[in-house]
Amino acid sequence: MDFFESIAQSFTKTFITDDRWLQLLSGLGVTVLITLVAAAIGIVLGFLIAMVRSTYDMQLQGRKCMKPSDYVLKVLNFICNFYITVIRGTPVVIQLMIMYFIVFASSREGIVAAFLSFGMNSAAYVAEIVRSGIMSIDKGQFEASRSIGFNYRDTMLYIIIPQAFKNILPALGNEFIVLVKETSVAGYVALQDLTYVGNMIRSRTYEAFFPLITVALIYLIIVLILSFLLKKLERRLRNSDH
Amino acid sequence: MTTDNVLIKVDNLCKSFGDTEVLKGINAEIDKGDVMVVIGASGSGKSTFLRCLNLLEEPTSGSIYFEGVDITDFSIDINIHRQKMGMVFQQFNLFPHMTVLRNLTLGPMKLLKQTKEEAEANAMRLLDRVGLADRANAYPSQLSGGQKQRIAIVRALAMNPDVMLFDEPTSALDPEMVGEVLEVMKQLARDGMTMVVVTHEMGFAREVGTDIVFVDEGVIVEQGPPSEFFENPKSPRLREFLSKVL
Ligand SMILES: Nc1ncnc2c1ncn2[C@@H]1O[C@H](COP(=O)(O)OP(=O)(O)OP(=O)(O)O)[C@@H](O)[C@H]1O
Ligand SMILES: [Mg+2]
Repeated sequence: MDFFESIAQSFTKTFITDDRWLQLLSGLGVTVLITLVAAAIGIVLGFLIAMVRSTYDMQLQGRKCMKPSDYVLKVLNFICNFYITVIRGTPVVIQLMIMYFIVFASSREGIVAAFLSFGMNSAAYVAEIVRSGIMSIDKGQFEASRSIGFNYRDTMLYIIIPQAFKNILPALGNEFIVLVKETSVAGYVALQDLTYVGNMIRSRTYEAFFPLITVALIYLIIVLILSFLLKKLERRLRNSDH
Repeated sequence: MTTDNVLIKVDNLCKSFGDTEVLKGINAEIDKGDVMVVIGASGSGKSTFLRCLNLLEEPTSGSIYFEGVDITDFSIDINIHRQKMGMVFQQFNLFPHMTVLRNLTLGPMKLLKQTKEEAEANAMRLLDRVGLADRANAYPSQLSGGQKQRIAIVRALAMNPDVMLFDEPTSALDPEMVGEVLEVMKQLARDGMTMVVVTHEMGFAREVGTDIVFVDEGVIVEQGPPSEFFENPKSPRLREFLSKVL
C-alpha cells in the first residue's frame, strides 16, 4: 500500500465510515451550545457580581455601615468575594465534576451541569473584568452625575456603564475565547462535545492524526471567527468614540 | 437679615479623612443672590467645604441646611436637593459619550420629566446664551477647554438650580480661555444667581463677590465684603496670603 492510499484510507475511516463527520458535527453543536448558554449565564451573573463589588468599593469601602442596606451590601460583597476566590482558585474540570457527581447526583443531567458550571466559572472572570472597567472610569464622571441629582443606579446606567463597556470589550471577548476552549473537558461528565467525539473516533479507528488535527482546526476556526467579530465590534465602537 | 433670605446655612461643619482633620468647624450663611467667594492656600480645605455643601463629601459632623432642610439628615433624599444645586468642576467632567446637547438634556428629561422638545429648546436657549449654539451636536472631545467649561456651566443651569457651586472653574484652562468662562460667571451673578465660588481669581472676587471667605487650615479665618476684605485685611495669615497672590 503506498503512502497516498494509506492517507485516503485514514481519511475515510475518520470521516466517512459510520457517518463520523456527522458525529463531529453534532459534537461541534454540543460545544457551541454549552459555550453560548454558559456565556449568557456568565454575563448576567458576572455583571450582578460586579455591581455588588463596585457598589461596595465606591460607597462603603473603608467606611462604617450606617443604614441597614449597608449591612446587606457588606454581606453580599463578602459572598461575592468568596465566590470569586473559590471559582478562580480551582480547576474548571473539578467544578464541573462536583456539579455533575454531587449537585446533580440523582438526575445526572450532564448538559445542565455543564451549562451551570461553565457559566458560573465564567461569571467569576466576567465579574472582575466588568468591575475593573467600572473602576477605570474617572471619578469625576460619577461626581458630575450625582451632582446633577442622578441616584447611584441611574449614574451607573446612563454614565458609567456605557463608558466602561468600551474599555472592557477586548477583555470580555477574550474571556469567551477562553470559554470555548475550556468546554473541551465536557467529556468528563458524559457529554459528547467536539473533543470527546474526536477522541472517540481516534480510539475506534486507531487513527490519531486526522481526528485530533480536525478537532484542533475546528476550535481554531471558531476562535478566529470570534476574534474577527470582536475586532469589528471594537472598531465600530472606536469610530463612534469621542 | 431675615431668615427667609438664607439659602444655605452651614453649622459647625467638620470633615476628616481618616485621621486627617480637614474642616474644623465651619459656620457660614449664604443668602439668596449672594456670591460667596472662597479663597485660601492649597490644601486648606476649600474644595472639601464646597463638596460638603451638596454632600459629595459626607460631613463627619455638623449640619448643612439648604432651603431650610437639614440635608445631612439620613432620612432625606439627597438626590432631590442636589437637583437644585448645580456644580461646576475644575476638570469639567462633561460626559464624553454624549453630544453637548445630550449632556444638557439628560438631567432635565430623566429627572425633571421634561419632554425632549422642552429640554432641547431650553438647552439651545442656554447654549445660545454662552455663544455655543453651533456646537450642540459636537462631542466634548471636539471642544476647547473654555468651551467645555461653558458647556459644563449651562449643563448645571439646565436643571434650573437655586445655587451654583464652582470649584476652581478656571484653574485647568489655558490663560487665554479664562476670560470667556469668567464672563459667563459674571453674567450669571448679574442675573441674580446665588453662587459659591472657590477660585484664585482675585479680580473676579473683587468684582462680583458679595462675601469673601478666607479658609486656612480648615477654619474660616476672615470673612467680609470685598472692599473691606481686600483693603483692610485683619488677620496676619490673610495679609500674608494676599501679599502672595495679589
Ligand atoms: N478623598 C480624600 N481622602 C483623603 N484626603 C483628602 C481627600 N480629599 C482631600 N483630602 C485632603 O484634605 C486636605 C484639603 O483638601 P482640599 O481639596 O479641600 O483642599 P483645597 O483647599 O481645595 O486645595 P487646592 O487649592 O489644592 O484645591 C488636603 O490635605 C487633602 O490632601
Ligand atoms: Mg481644591
